[in-house]
Amino acid sequence: MADPRRILILLAHPVLERSRVNRRLADAVKDLPGVTVHDLYEAYPSMNIDVKREQALLLEHDVVVLQHPFYWYSAPAIIKEWLDLVLEHGWAYGQHGKALAGKLALNVISTGGPDFAYRPDGFNRFTMRQLLAPFDQTFHLCQMKYLAPFVVHAAMRVETDEDIKPHVRAYAALLASLRDGTLDLNQAMAAQRLNDGAFTPQPAGNA
Amino acid sequence: MSDSILFQALIYLAAAVLCVPVAKRLGLGSVLGYLLAGVIIGPDVLGLVGNAGHVMHFAEFGVVMMLFLVGLELKPSTVWQLRRPIFGLGGMQVAGTAALVTGAGLALGFSWQVALAVGMVLAMSSTAIVLQSLGEKGLLKTEGGQASFSVLLFQDLSVIPILAVFPLLAAGAAVVGAPAQGARPGWLQGLLILGAVGLIVVAGRTVVRPLFRFLAGTRLREVFTAFALFLVVSIAWLMQQVGLSPALGTFLAGVVLAESEYRHELESDIEPFKGLLLGLFFISVGAEIDFHLIAEAPLRIAGLLVGVIALKAVSMLGFSRIFKLDRPARWLVSVGLSQVGEFAFVLISFGQASAVFGDEVAKPLVAVVALSMLVTPALFVLLERVILPRVTAGAAKREHDAVAHDDAQVVVAGFGRVGQVVARMLRMSGFGVTVLDLDPEMVDLLRRLGQKVYYGDASRLDLLVSAGCEKAKLFVLCIDEPDKSMEVAELVRRHFPKLPILARARNRQHYIRLWTLGIRDIIRETMGSSLELSEHALRNLGVRAHTAHRIANRWRAHDEKALLDMMKFVGGPDRNAFFAEARKAMENFEKTMREELQGTTGQPDKGWDNESLRNEANARFAAVQAQAAKASESSTTTSTT
Ligand SMILES: Cc1cc2nc3c(=O)[nH]c(=O)nc-3n(C[C@H](O)[C@H](O)[C@H](O)COP(=O)(O)O)c2cc1C
Repeated sequence: MADPRRILILLAHPVLERSRVNRRLADAVKDLPGVTVHDLYEAYPSMNIDVKREQALLLEHDVVVLQHPFYWYSAPAIIKEWLDLVLEHGWAYGQHGKALAGKLALNVISTGGPDFAYRPDGFNRFTMRQLLAPFDQTFHLCQMKYLAPFVVHAAMRVETDEDIKPHVRAYAALLASLRDGTLDLNQAMAAQRLNDGAFTPQPAGNA
Repeated sequence: MSDSILFQALIYLAAAVLCVPVAKRLGLGSVLGYLLAGVIIGPDVLGLVGNAGHVMHFAEFGVVMMLFLVGLELKPSTVWQLRRPIFGLGGMQVAGTAALVTGAGLALGFSWQVALAVGMVLAMSSTAIVLQSLGEKGLLKTEGGQASFSVLLFQDLSVIPILAVFPLLAAGAAVVGAPAQGARPGWLQGLLILGAVGLIVVAGRTVVRPLFRFLAGTRLREVFTAFALFLVVSIAWLMQQVGLSPALGTFLAGVVLAESEYRHELESDIEPFKGLLLGLFFISVGAEIDFHLIAEAPLRIAGLLVGVIALKAVSMLGFSRIFKLDRPARWLVSVGLSQVGEFAFVLISFGQASAVFGDEVAKPLVAVVALSMLVTPALFVLLERVILPRVTAGAAKREHDAVAHDDAQVVVAGFGRVGQVVARMLRMSGFGVTVLDLDPEMVDLLRRLGQKVYYGDASRLDLLVSAGCEKAKLFVLCIDEPDKSMEVAELVRRHFPKLPILARARNRQHYIRLWTLGIRDIIRETMGSSLELSEHALRNLGVRAHTAHRIANRWRAHDEKALLDMMKFVGGPDRNAFFAEARKAMENFEKTMREELQGTTGQPDKGWDNESLRNEANARFAAVQAQAAKASESSTTTSTT
């Protein structure tokens, strides 16, 4: 058996103090063995990203998780800044940029819209995987394995710890399987998303 | 017992250790401390030391070392730059003073030979005292300091021809050869001098450096020190052999080595020796003073003393005026060089030996010379505390540096805590920066740290011009004192209307004054740090870093807006209207901030807020649910029917 993978969670939420989903998700996994939660907005309040430090962190880990709310079908600004500055040519990509080759990457996302909205016939018109194509290709260019996202849909419906519990459990389980290498990577790359039993509003029969 | 070397050393050292710190504490400078120490241990007070003459001889070497160090601090280019004050002003001072004294001597009924000899003696000033004092007070690099230095250098140079002339003045004596040089014919002498000087220059450039490198490689500090001493001593000896002043020779050597990488090591190696020997020299001057003679004819001696000092000072005021020194510089050279110096002792004893004059002239002369040196530190205190502040515009105590380069893109005025950061950041970003500052200690300190800073009052037009204001792209005004800052701002606005000014404002009044002058780029000096402090306070209280940062940013923006709102009414005819508007702007600001921070009009950064979205989504969900419920109700009804 290979060594357990080390997981770096890049948490990006500009007002985490007002978050319902992401705060709970992060709290739930931050103490898991092999997991480092790196709170970007806390580390760089003025978005002055320390590239050297970020690159060192990347090298120390095997899995990169971008955890953030879905904002305008993408990520909060600091993620973009992070990608722009940290994934340097000649380091992360390009002829001599192999620093990240072989590592895994995925998005962990909360969205306001319910899952059925992210369908060709839903009002968001595209699937999550389609909308995440820029991330997919970014990590692909860095020769990383981009896995399907873990998505918490209908985040607005989350009011209590109880509401989030299934997601927290699923998230922790996902991280554990990533860490321990029990996840089938080929399947994970091909899947629509990595959580099942996502919290979606059931129009009928709700207790 | 009292003659043993140890005992002598004990007395000298004890006197120095006791007197010098006290004198310094009293603000009198170390030179006066040494002189007083000499008086106290001298034959007329405690009588602990006998004839100090032989000590003096030895101690004169301190002067030699001092000139070596002075040379080390000067680059050849600087000496070249100073050629005008050296030969012009220096020459005029020596010749003029000698002529004036000769006239006075003739009037007092002395023969012209004696009068001329005394004139040349009294033309000398004390290199040791003046340079030491100027150095201590940080005045050496100023215009007046440079002029003083130049004149002293010329005096040292002129000792050689004076020594040659003395024997010719001797009553009837034709062949009392000056030591060392009399025996050789003139052309040979000239050749020897050229050779010796050439040797110093060439050896300084070629042999000495590799030798230093080799010695430094051994890592034996004392060997390095020994070599430094050897260098100075050997040059002094060589100079003596060819009949040049040793001080001059070592000075030259210093200049040659000024650009070597071992300059600082040399400096720190020689420095303590120089200090001690000079101290010893001053002590022996103090001990030399014949108080019996003074007691016998106090009025005569006092009159002579005052006469000599007044004559030297007043004539120098005139000379320096001819050479267009500015006012503070004129006073500095004139009062500073008004004493008679250590070379006078040399010349007096030589004059006696050559039978130019006898004891009846020599004895009071020695007393006057020694007393003039004794009062010099007091004159410096007078100069520094009373004269210079009067003759200098503003409170500057010091002359202004000649600003060397005028290709600066940015001129920064004020190199305090603010200016330093600004200047360094600009410099490191590749901009040419000239910095002007008025605090001599700060300038010296920063210079020593390798910063390019010029001592100068930025409120002087000529200095602004030489700092490059005509070509500069930006003037950054970092002076903290509002009045001074305004003075400079006005000057720059008036004379360089196209030069943009970026100003640091000390407080709101200062801000308004700058604004009134038409300056718009004004930074309040405490704004940045108060915001940062608040931001960190918020973080310490558990507010998220990014949120705290945004609060501070918003604060800054609103505060700035309030200030600008206020500024619209600055300078209007109605002062009350201004205050009314100012109050309104403040109130607006506070209201906005309070509302934002306390969430009365919704949270700031509304874009990140999903409350309204949530309400809408949940309402829609409830509607969907209700519809579903109705549908299921109707379906149950149908099934029952
Ligand atoms: C600026 C902004 C943009 C958003 N854009 C989207 C979006 O494009 N699609 C979507 O489903 N939800 C969107 N939402 C809703 C957020 O995804 C949702 O509020 C968030 O996932 C809740 O997570 P949290 O409780 O951790 O803040 C947006 C919310 C904000 C504030």
